[in-house]
Amino acid sequence: MIADVLILACLAVGIFFNALGIAGLLRFPDVYTRMHATTKMTTFGSMFTALSVIIYGVALFLSSGDGQYVTLSVHTLIAAISLAFTNAVGSHAIARGAHKAGIKPAPAIVDRLEEFTP
Amino acid sequence: MIDPWYIAVCILVILVCLSLIRLFLGPTAADRAVAIDTVNTLSVAVLILLGVAYQQIIFIDVAIVYALLSFVSTLYIAKYLGGEL
Amino acid sequence: MIPFLLTFILALLLYLLLAAGSGSVLLWSPSELVAGVALSLLAAAVARNLLCRSDSYRMANPLRLLLIPLYLLGPFLLEVTKANLDVAYRVITGNIRPGIIRVQSGLRTDLGIFMLANSITLTPGTITVDIDEKSHDLYVHNINIPQGWEERPQVEERELFSLANLPAWIRRIAE
Repeated sequence: MIADVLILACLAVGIFFNALGIAGLLRFPDVYTRMHATTKMTTFGSMFTALSVIIYGVALFLSSGDGQYVTLSVHTLIAAISLAFTNAVGSHAIARGAHKAGIKPAPAIVDRLEEFTP
Repeated sequence: MIDPWYIAVCILVILVCLSLIRLFLGPTAADRAVAIDTVNTLSVAVLILLGVAYQQIIFIDVAIVYALLSFVSTLYIAKYLGGEL
Repeated sequence: MIPFLLTFILALLLYLLLAAGSGSVLLWSPSELVAGVALSLLAAAVARNLLCRSDSYRMANPLRLLLIPLYLLGPFLLEVTKANLDVAYRVITGNIRPGIIRVQSGLRTDLGIFMLANSITLTPGTITVDIDEKSHDLYVHNINIPQGWEERPQVEERELFSLANLPAWIRRIAE
């Protein structure tokens, strides 16, 4: 019963952060600020949806003792970890590529990278 | 009562469609790459939830492989954007 | 020989984690164990020069590896939660002040730089854009630059984090 409430709460939080990430993607003015919204918030939201799946697997394993729910939880954990690492490194790569391609941060207070690397 | 997993999957698919708007509109190529990256992340989340909804663990293995392969494609798109390829 | 053994052990651990809950010998079935050992030997033979490139093996110390989940679950989770609430506030109100600043990092090893760059990307309103290969300084895109930072040529790395001192943790793990 507690597990049900936890699962629903995690799903709701995850979908909330995913929706805010997409809103930021549609709303922010240039590519770097859009990347802020998508990288952080969709990673965090997907972590929470994965966490709800992990809670589901652990709760069913404790009540039934079936080994396949352990497999479900462990595989979801590995998927979540690989998602976090690949998102961080991939967004760094896109930001670097965009700056090398000459896309300036459009509303910017300061751009130190432009001054140090001609 | 409808299964909550299906509702979550439906909302996430609607979010994927919304991020496709940025994919079509995006003024520069980097915006489109960011949108593709977002679609990949949400696809992994949808695959994990579908694996529970259909009780198929193989979906989650597919999600792991999809995350790693989309990472490689993102890296190559970024290299191409930076003119290093 | 040592890189081969380390790669073999890591690949075997990953295989055992993926195949957990399949059979009778503890958690695994005998055929899975045989297949895991064979595939790990193959992977170690192919990839032994990719994983362990440097000559120092301080990351093979299990105590340092145990610190990594502690770091991820403790201070890192706090900072990630705060950063997400901050960016959520900025998405809703549209109150941004973006710019790229130069952050000085005292880290020397590749793993340290990797962990710091990923921590910066996932935490407080910042994304790592580029790395100076010589001095190991980071160029960081910040979504909301505090007042006065735009005149300073460099910023210390611990000023980015407000709740916990993440660079000290990374230094303890990786150096």
